[in-house]
Amino acid sequence: MFIKRTLLSTAVSFGLVAGMTSAAMAEEITIATVNNADMIVMQELAPQWEQATGNTINWVVLEENVLRQRTTQDIATNGGSFDIMFIGAYEAPIWGANGWLTPLDDFADDPDYDLEDIFQLVRNGLSADGKLYAVPLYSETSFTFYRTDLFEAAGIEAPTGQPTYTEFAEMAAKLHDPDNSVYGTCQRGKAGWGENMAFVGTLANAFGARWFDMEWNPQLDSPEWNAAITYYVDLMTNYGPPGASGNGHNENRALFKDGKCATWVDATSAANDVRNPETSSVADVTDFFQAPKQETDKGTGWFWSWALAIPASSQKADTAKDFLKWATSKEYFEMVGETKGWVAVPSGTRASVHEDPRLLKAAPFAETIKNAIFSVDPADPTRDPVPYTGVQFVAIPEFQGIGNYVGQQVAAALAGQQSVEQALANSQQFAVREMTKAGYIK
Amino acid sequence: MARAISTKAKVTNTAIAGTLGFLMFIPILWILILAFKTEEDAIRAPLEILFGSGWTTDSFGTVQARSDYFKHFSNSVIISVGSTFLGLLIAIPAAWSMAFVPSKHTKNVLMWMLSTKMLPPVGVLVPIYLVFRDFNLLDTRLGLTIVLMLINLPIIIWMLYTYFKEIPGEILEAARMDGASLRDEVIYVLTPMAIPGMASTVLLNIILAWNEAFWTINLTAANAAPLTAFIASYSSPEGLFYAKLSAASIMAIAPILIMGWFSLKQLVRGLTFGAVK
Repeated sequence: MFIKRTLLSTAVSFGLVAGMTSAAMAEEITIATVNNADMIVMQELAPQWEQATGNTINWVVLEENVLRQRTTQDIATNGGSFDIMFIGAYEAPIWGANGWLTPLDDFADDPDYDLEDIFQLVRNGLSADGKLYAVPLYSETSFTFYRTDLFEAAGIEAPTGQPTYTEFAEMAAKLHDPDNSVYGTCQRGKAGWGENMAFVGTLANAFGARWFDMEWNPQLDSPEWNAAITYYVDLMTNYGPPGASGNGHNENRALFKDGKCATWVDATSAANDVRNPETSSVADVTDFFQAPKQETDKGTGWFWSWALAIPASSQKADTAKDFLKWATSKEYFEMVGETKGWVAVPSGTRASVHEDPRLLKAAPFAETIKNAIFSVDPADPTRDPVPYTGVQFVAIPEFQGIGNYVGQQVAAALAGQQSVEQALANSQQFAVREMTKAGYIK
Repeated sequence: MARAISTKAKVTNTAIAGTLGFLMFIPILWILILAFKTEEDAIRAPLEILFGSGWTTDSFGTVQARSDYFKHFSNSVIISVGSTFLGLLIAIPAAWSMAFVPSKHTKNVLMWMLSTKMLPPVGVLVPIYLVFRDFNLLDTRLGLTIVLMLINLPIIIWMLYTYFKEIPGEILEAARMDGASLRDEVIYVLTPMAIPGMASTVLLNIILAWNEAFWTINLTAANAAPLTAFIASYSSPEGLFYAKLSAASIMAIAPILIMGWFSLKQLVRGLTFGAVK
């Protein structure tokens, strides 16, 4: 009887242990992400990782601004709601330096992962104090989309090198044909540090402007900023579509794809979509050249990267790391190419992907994107020296507020509600107040 | 005696009311139209959308394939119904005492309760988030039920208070003289008389809780996310998404719209109850 009972209890405890081990191995992770094409592809392919590992994924999909607010709130309060967060090149260094993210330096020890294959520039953008805090899914810069048919009809030769903004305005003037609903140029006008200020920031860089001097004094009332914003308002008023101050990336993308814009300086990541005959009416007549320069060619194309990071508050960091490796591995990009077509492969992160002949065949402009990305240096973004990193943004927590405010002022100037001088005077005043409050300047 | 209303005035009033009603309905109508278009058609000019494009139900299929509608739906039902009935449990005794045995502070207490609605919710987001974190309530249906109950409690109490005030205290007194206990008085006398008012309170609060988007998005992640989070996941700053967003919105508002439609009579009766005396 006794033996029987002992045997039974031993069997039960073995069973329990076995059950617990398998439960411990199969984990459930929660990923917070945005709703863009590359992430939707990842969601569609992720079941393969789930099957291979036995783990499950909960996806929390939010709009970019809501996601940023939601993840910031969770990570700043150590809430632990998410195991993986989709973050940008702006958050990664700031959050990393705050100790909010799990360092991913050990990825370098995995030869299969081949961390060195990811562009150094992109890794730098996602690191703080020499430690890597996020791994990139895709990176983008900005370049000029243009309509080859309209250029030909107007007798303009497309620039082979980097044109100046003066030349760009001349082209826009010749191409502008509002009677036939074709506008010389479409640029972002909707206020926001990630909207109009992305383009305006690079334009300002080209005109030799900078956000702050080496002592963190705001420079928004400088003649360079004035020249840049005056150029922007004139360009958009004369050769832009009506209501340009309400157009963001999406609106311009739709206008361009609908054949309403002759030129558009925007994200390289939109190239796949614009060149896709199924979604665009101008797929065959669109080509690209570098974003224009003016006083300088520094910081004329922006740098942005969407990357995956693990909050320090996650209890399942090992499983999360496993997923991160899978989702940014060479095999993953290969899988996207094979299942979704090579034109859909996220670009701008891995050298091996950019050398792949299948990609170069499906997306000949991938080379232009790579060259554009390599011409950007977030650590040296302006003509005059600056204390910050970031091309179209300044990697300090205060920038969101300042960038949004300046964006609103610029949008108001574009809508004709105030003068350029007034917009920049307000911006300068606001920036000085914020930077003083934050203790950068006395 | 009822005032005589001329036919002309009736026609004018009906036309004005109809026009206003239609204007208010336009956004929903537009969402409904976009939900049945392709993404490429959904970004075209309004007239082209209406007359120059075909119809499709693809967006609904895509939305269901990408996210689990029924999970979000059941979360919405549990949270909105749960918070409303939890609120009633507290509000009925509170409103009873304020309506039938008021003290000199009753008015102040009512005003104080209402004043909590004047605080912008974002002001207490971080403290509540921290409390939720420490009590392990983040991303749970229980946590959301409690928060939404607390948020809507002032409205429930105010509504019930107004309805209870309309009921003559003498009827309750009569019940008491017949030997009814407090419990019997509330259950068998007060409640049946207040049913229209309570029904509209319940309906209105279910609608409020169903549509609450601030707390439901901020305090949930994957497990307890209701339909508001479901809609939010289809908004994007990049790419084409209007048709899918519209389809998701229609799927999210349809249940509450249908419920509201069927209970329209009850709702209007409850909301206008007492106002004409």
